[in-house]
Amino acid sequence: MRLKIATIVGLAAATTVLGAQQQSRPIVVASKPFGESYLLAEMFSQLLESRGFRVDRKPGLGATEIAFGALRTNAIDVYPEYTGTGLVAILHDTLSDSVAADPRAVFAHVARRFAELYHVRWLPSLGFQNTYAIAVTRSTASRYHLRTLSDLARESPHLTAGFTADFIGRSDGLVGLARVYGLKPRAVRPLAPAVKYQALASGAVDVIDGYSTDGLLARYDLVTLIDDKHFFPPYEAAALVSGRLDSQVPGAIAALELLSGRLDEATMRQLNRRVEVDGEDVARVAGRELTALGLTGVAREAQAAPSAQQSNFLKYLWDRRATIAALTVQHLELVALALLAAVIVAVPLGLGLERTRRIAEPTIGALGVLQTIPSIALLAFMIPLLGVGVAPALVALWLYALYPIARGTYTGVRDADPDAVAAAEALGTTPTQRLLWVRLPLAAPVIMAGIRTAAVITVGAATLAAFIGAGGLGEPIVAGLALADTRMILSGALPAAALALAVDGVLAIVERLVAPAHRRKQFWRRRTRGSNSTAARVA
Amino acid sequence: MSISLTARNVSHHFGNVVALDDVSIDVPAGRATALVGESGSGKTTLLRCFNRLVQPERGQVMVGDNDVRTQSPVFLRRGIGYVQQHGGLLPHWRVLRNVELVPTLQHMPDSADAARRALELVGLPAAQFGSRFPHELSGGQRQRVALARSIAARPGVILLDEPFGALDAISRAELQESFDNLRHDLSVTTLLVTHDLAEAGRLSEEVVVMRKGKIEQRGSMRDLVRAPATDYVALLIERARAGLEALRA
Ligand SMILES: Nc1ncnc2c1ncn2[C@@H]1O[C@H](COP(=O)(O)OP(=O)(O)O)[C@@H](O)[C@H]1O
Ligand SMILES: [Mg+2]
Repeated sequence: MRLKIATIVGLAAATTVLGAQQQSRPIVVASKPFGESYLLAEMFSQLLESRGFRVDRKPGLGATEIAFGALRTNAIDVYPEYTGTGLVAILHDTLSDSVAADPRAVFAHVARRFAELYHVRWLPSLGFQNTYAIAVTRSTASRYHLRTLSDLARESPHLTAGFTADFIGRSDGLVGLARVYGLKPRAVRPLAPAVKYQALASGAVDVIDGYSTDGLLARYDLVTLIDDKHFFPPYEAAALVSGRLDSQVPGAIAALELLSGRLDEATMRQLNRRVEVDGEDVARVAGRELTALGLTGVAREAQAAPSAQQSNFLKYLWDRRATIAALTVQHLELVALALLAAVIVAVPLGLGLERTRRIAEPTIGALGVLQTIPSIALLAFMIPLLGVGVAPALVALWLYALYPIARGTYTGVRDADPDAVAAAEALGTTPTQRLLWVRLPLAAPVIMAGIRTAAVITVGAATLAAFIGAGGLGEPIVAGLALADTRMILSGALPAAALALAVDGVLAIVERLVAPAHRRKQFWRRRTRGSNSTAARVA
Repeated sequence: MSISLTARNVSHHFGNVVALDDVSIDVPAGRATALVGESGSGKTTLLRCFNRLVQPERGQVMVGDNDVRTQSPVFLRRGIGYVQQHGGLLPHWRVLRNVELVPTLQHMPDSADAARRALELVGLPAAQFGSRFPHELSGGQRQRVALARSIAARPGVILLDEPFGALDAISRAELQESFDNLRHDLSVTTLLVTHDLAEAGRLSEEVVVMRKGKIEQRGSMRDLVRAPATDYVALLIERARAGLEALRA
């Protein structure tokens, strides 16, 4: 009996230790910012949770560079990826036509190259492909006898295309189609993914690009044209797994592999449709599907979100108030920290540059160049150094905020009343005294204006932090864009806009408070004079 | 305790502009000298050699018995009054605080009193004007405040760079008179830059005419009128006289 108890205690202790080890870091499950990626990542997450793993969700990571960059450096552990993307966007490999036409051969090639180059593992395919789909309405298809892309190329001078900007520019998009098939539409309109389908349905355009598992293909009953020359590589979906997870948590790999081969294209299109068209909650769709597949027990019903099209927007916002408030706080924290760090660096920098004017313009110019780096590129660049999450977002925001503050400080201090500065010098003040007594007080409003500009820019830029898993009000914006959920987008965009206005307003008051004494007085005087003249007119 | 000013064989150039070419002057203690000449003739540059705002390439500059190079610029300047054309008052400081600047820099225990007395001397009672901001004064009043600021710590020397140049004729005449009284009362050594020969004659014992970095002539106004050393000096005097005649007619 005693032995038995001891055994149980021992076992319990052992499991705790094992559990603790396993729990030392949650498995970070990420996705890219579009609906299907969200859904697959959520399925991965729930599957892992059902097997006792702790999961940290980082959905909506910027784009391929960011998601893959994070995986490669073990900042995340798994996200859904497509073999074609791996081939074209990551490896930049070109394959012989016979290999490129065979999904299995492509999978084998990509898996081998990823293991060699990046120590990253492709789990066996989930069972479906999500290739580029060039789609037309059923009536267009029958009027022009369109079945293949060769047919389309033949008729293309009569047709108007509506393609996403991305697709128009890519060599594996329109550029390549024009080369391989001789596709030459009468006109090409760049369209946002969200409006493409309406544009096609309404007849504004005749042909669009999409993905073969888009829920909207099903909804609008569109015809996807056959890629008879095998121009598009196969885009087989699979879980892409970090080297760390692969080598250290075999149990997680086993769990994730349970989903391999279990999802076909028709199923996926249905699931996408529920998420993107019907506005069903991602967690619920994922949970139900896992249960239906027999992979989890009772579906883990997430808070049933009200269906998108019904209940009104204000109620939607009200229901989500706790989330929105938390995201707003997170957003403000990001902005405040980045701004504070930028002030601490850029104000002294601006002051220093005023003393060494020869290097001032080149230095500030260099900070200005930082401003022109696209934020996604900057974020992607920082992943190997800082991983994903708050740290790289803060550094990026900090970098963007430096320029307006340094510029404002430098010009403000440089241009502060030259006569007054010269007289103060001639009367025996030290450079420090001139700085503290003359230049800084006179420059304060200009410096403050720089900080104010930086603050408003940062509030906006911080929405992009969501692309790197740093949270904030960008999170519902990115998710809403991915899930074609306007209300979700607005639930992030409206508070962000309000926040920008509020920050601007508060800093406008601060700007007035730090105005040099004579200006402040002028301000009040003007007001009093104004009211006097009103009084006079009334009298 | 006024102090003499001496410059010996001073030369200086900016880039390829020769601003001062072997210039020598001396202002005896308690006296006033005026530097006159057209714009760009080097007057300001010479003036600024005395408080080390310009470090001349050659020659020697003395304030009292000391070569200025032996003194720290900051301490040297605190002992020398300075007034520039546009006053250079600190716009965000009230009048009294502006005038208190140098006494404060010198850690004078009664700096506020010193500032009040200086304001009194230039005809702007502190009670009435002390708490105004510079922009709440007329141009003439602002120059008076600048003057008060330059004498508040009772320097032995005062340098003035076209101090009345931007004023209307009436304010200008009033201020000239106030200044003349003031410098005699304080017996402060004065070096005054002006482009107005009449003003130079009225306010100084010696006039130095400069042109292109060189001295054309130095002497009392009477010497200059009686015996102009160069055509240029004669021309300057002729012009000043024509101005007066035009008024008489
Ligand atoms: N800081 C400076 N840098 C370059 N050139 C200067 C500078 N100060 C004065 N100069 C030049 O030196 C010459 C003498 O100037 P300045 O002494 O100011 O003349 P003034 O006071 O008689 O008008 C002018 O040609 C002027 O342009
Ligand atoms: Mg000058």
